Amino acid sequence: MTPSDRDATGLLTKPDDFVQLVTATGERRPHADFDPWVADVDLGALGRLYRDMAIIRRIDAEATALQRQGELGLWPPLAGQEAAQIGSGRALRDDDFIFSSYREHALAWCRGVEPAELLSVWRGSAASGWNPFEHGMAVPQIIIGAQALHATGYAMGAAWEGSDAAAIAYFGDGATSEGDLNEALVFAASFDAPVVFFCQNNQWAISEPVGLQSKQHLARRADGFGMPGVRVDGNDVLAVLAATRIALDRARRGEGPTFIEAVTYRMGPHTTADDPKRYRTDEELAEWSGRDPLARVLALLDASGVDVAGLERDVKSEADRAAAELRAALTTITDPEPLSVFDHVYAEPNSHVDRQREHYARYLAMFDDTDAAASATAEGGVR
Amino acid sequence: MTALTLAKALNAGLRRALADDDKVVLMGEDIGTLGGVFRVTDGLKAEFGPKRVVDTPLSEAGIVGTAVGLAYRGFRPVVEIQFDGFIYPGFDQIVAQVAKLHYRSRGNVRMPITIRVPFGGGIGAAEHHSESPEAYFAHTAGLRVVACSNPADAYVMIRQAIASDDPVLFFEPKRRYHVKGEVDETASLADARPMGVATTIAAGTDVTLVTYGALVQTARDAAIAAAEDGVSIEVIDLRSLAPVDYATVEASVRRTGRMVITHEAGQQGGVGAELAAAITERCFEFLEAAPVRVTGHDIPYPPAKLERHHLPDLDRILDGVDRVLGRPNSMSGVEA
Ligand SMILES: Cc1ncc(C[n+]2csc(CCOP(=O)(O)OP(=O)(O)O)c2C)c(N)n1
Repeated sequence: MTPSDRDATGLLTKPDDFVQLVTATGERRPHADFDPWVADVDLGALGRLYRDMAIIRRIDAEATALQRQGELGLWPPLAGQEAAQIGSGRALRDDDFIFSSYREHALAWCRGVEPAELLSVWRGSAASGWNPFEHGMAVPQIIIGAQALHATGYAMGAAWEGSDAAAIAYFGDGATSEGDLNEALVFAASFDAPVVFFCQNNQWAISEPVGLQSKQHLARRADGFGMPGVRVDGNDVLAVLAATRIALDRARRGEGPTFIEAVTYRMGPHTTADDPKRYRTDEELAEWSGRDPLARVLALLDASGVDVAGLERDVKSEADRAAAELRAALTTITDPEPLSVFDHVYAEPNSHVDRQREHYARYLAMFDDTDAAASATAEGGVR
Repeated sequence: MTALTLAKALNAGLRRALADDDKVVLMGEDIGTLGGVFRVTDGLKAEFGPKRVVDTPLSEAGIVGTAVGLAYRGFRPVVEIQFDGFIYPGFDQIVAQVAKLHYRSRGNVRMPITIRVPFGGGIGAAEHHSESPEAYFAHTAGLRVVACSNPADAYVMIRQAIASDDPVLFFEPKRRYHVKGEVDETASLADARPMGVATTIAAGTDVTLVTYGALVQTARDAAIAAAEDGVSIEVIDLRSLAPVDYATVEASVRRTGRMVITHEAGQQGGVGAELAAAITERCFEFLEAAPVRVTGHDIPYPPAKLERHHLPDLDRILDGVDRVLGRPNSMSGVEA
């Protein structure tokens, strides 16, 4: 059997082989090391984590629908990964800096990114949606693994300045095969950088099962790089919260990096351009549906005597409102001006770009007051 | 003859290469079960098995670097880079290793590696998915760089690239993947036009218009539009960017006296710059005007809603033709 033939639900993804505080059916499991880190999470706080997850799930579904309706060029859905993202996102301090890839919409939510900022890139209207320094979150990364190095460098800088802020890098299981990611682990360990490597092992890198990237649990790699690795149930928001808090605490105390593997599942396609039916089974999907990160929190709250029906009702109306805001935000995203293609290529004036801008402006002006103006701006410039 | 899309023609060419030589192996991300994100390798893993059509871990340096080792061992790896913008993590292996090993080993080591790269924009894609990185490779000694533009060429050229004992960067115009054309699947490589030779797509007498990849079709359309205006354009599909078939371009420019080159990649240090310089050196006394380049701007590839303002289209090509003909154009009155 070749690695590529290995079943994604084989040894590598055994569900009980990780730290779990809340089971799939909503039972609270005690854990001596982790429990103290979430001792403050009372039923109200747990309800708020549920709220975050439900709203981001709704936003994600709405964005997926917007793509299907032709309003967005593309969307990478996060459904299934709500606990991994909210649990870690809610562990962060405002001055911690996030370096994410393209699927971490929930982190953007935690950081107060506006709906229009979130959508403009996926609509194809802007090269980046928000100012990283306003939200403590870098421009999302599409080049797999590159952000891990950026997070490491940021963390090194923070430490050198005597700050106790940390950086966190989000990436997938596939990313662990890239050189950049591995080089980031080396640098982080060498310099005791206050950085958290947060791997969302969602079992798939487009069509490739995690077993093709790694023969053993990803968290075990950390050891070889000289840092602790922890494997948590990525669908358990409490376990993720605890693991991230522990890692951040280590970072702040100058003890260096931590690698977290959050075991989760991408329920939808890789992006709206992908067809997962070509490479994965309905059974696998059904199995993971039974490990839903939201349902288990509700079950736990229910068993603890919380008015779950009331909570769900409130959260649903909030989520609907968030979805409506998202849709409404589209109308505020205007098509960029043609000459803006030349903006921001350089920070300082550049004679070469200036000349091209001037030339293109003259070119566009030729179409003014003629029918051809329409043709120059028609889709693809075809006439 | 069969009508095939460019993607299907490549698929047929790859199938034929796999069948003809068991040292040919395909490697890349998602090329097996999924058949590649553009389905160029569709069905090949089922047909040839996972040792001939290999889904690799997500690492471009890994894919190209192991292809080097496989080539040492006598294999002929055909590597797929999923999108143009993802070739850079493998760049070091390509330019520092693949390109130089034949030279460094004084001819003892062959690197018959084909690196397939879907390239160019116009499909409304996200960042890093629409780049035209060909000039980096054309600038690198030891690499052959080609670009196909139609199904018939794709079918033959991919097999020629695989059969070549040199490493070949094989650029596929992704926005033309779904365009159909007649392919002769019985064509033998022995009779085929070598991949290093350019093709004259349309004959003309006033201007030589040189291009490659996705813009070949646009250039052809421009020639038809110009003809209505009484301007006769000769269109050349360069096909090979390194080395360039100067004989074909020179012969044409000597007849027309004017050259326009168009490509999606930026102008600065691009394939067009090289061509303009070389043609000026070789055909100076035949030129009626300085060669004109119509290219993408020298900017990072813009967001989808702006790409039509970046990519050369028919109107911009015709404006370039007007420039080289000294007719009123967007640069009229501007000091060069
Ligand atoms: C360097 C690079 N190579 C290839 C790609 C194409 N690509 C985009 S996402 C992806 C799979 C990533 O999988 P993983 O790291 O597990 O993250 P996930 O999408 O599952 O969250 C690939 C191959 C890319 N974006 N960057």
